Amino acid sequence: MNDFKVLTRESGKAVVVNLQGFLDAHTAPDLERVFSDLVKGGKFNIVVNFKDLNYISSAGLGVFMAFIDEVRSNNGDIKLAELQPKVYNVFDLLGFPILYEIYSTQDEALQKFNS
Amino acid sequence: MSRLEKIEAKKVFQSSTNSLSEVRAFVTGYARKFGFGEKEAAEISLAVDEACTNVIKHAYKGEVKAQFEVVIRAHESEFSIIVRDWGLSFDPDSVQIPNVLEFAKTHKRGGFGIYLMKKLMDSVEYKEKRTANEVRLVRYLKHEPEE
Repeated sequence: MNDFKVLTRESGKAVVVNLQGFLDAHTAPDLERVFSDLVKGGKFNIVVNFKDLNYISSAGLGVFMAFIDEVRSNNGDIKLAELQPKVYNVFDLLGFPILYEIYSTQDEALQKFNS
Repeated sequence: MSRLEKIEAKKVFQSSTNSLSEVRAFVTGYARKFGFGEKEAAEISLAVDEACTNVIKHAYKGEVKAQFEVVIRAHESEFSIIVRDWGLSFDPDSVQIPNVLEFAKTHKRGGFGIYLMKKLMDSVEYKEKRTANEVRLVRYLKHEPEE
């Protein structure tokens, strides 16, 4: 119950970031490194796919918060897709749906960048 | 498992984020045994994760040689978890409950953990004792135990 993986690939004008496993205070630095590299590389259109993410704690949520401002100030966004109900529940408890666009499918999120 | 049976379990963990998955497994196991459903057990486990993360990050300032313990006590309909550490004490009232939109403006991290704990559990109590700090999290089983 400690595994966490991040896979990234380009898709049109955006980058898709696939999260797998468990995102907590131990694994959050891995995601932070990925976002940091994307931002340094000028990649500001980001879709995060949560279909294989089984767990998130506030440490994981904090990583999104740390980068959202910079991404949006560069006319990009971090859009969230395919959240499992148990993960969406945590986002919802903190009121995140106000701040982030959340989509049922990755394609819907990508369309927002690629149209 | 009968609700009339008591559960008393204690485990010591290294103060490292590496311990968090083991803490979650420990808590989830007993929560399910007590009769909570999968979703409830996951919520309880998340609350304990948040409490332990705070200890790891703040009580010992990341010192990995330190330890903390998680004590589970459950009986009747009350399932309580105590996270005990022997490090720096901390005033939970000094942490403002974050507003998501304000957070985005000010870039402040932290605070979400305590907020989550209070949302997920029926009660969260901090105690600073002479020799140890404790946070006690309680959730009540409000339905018949699930298998």
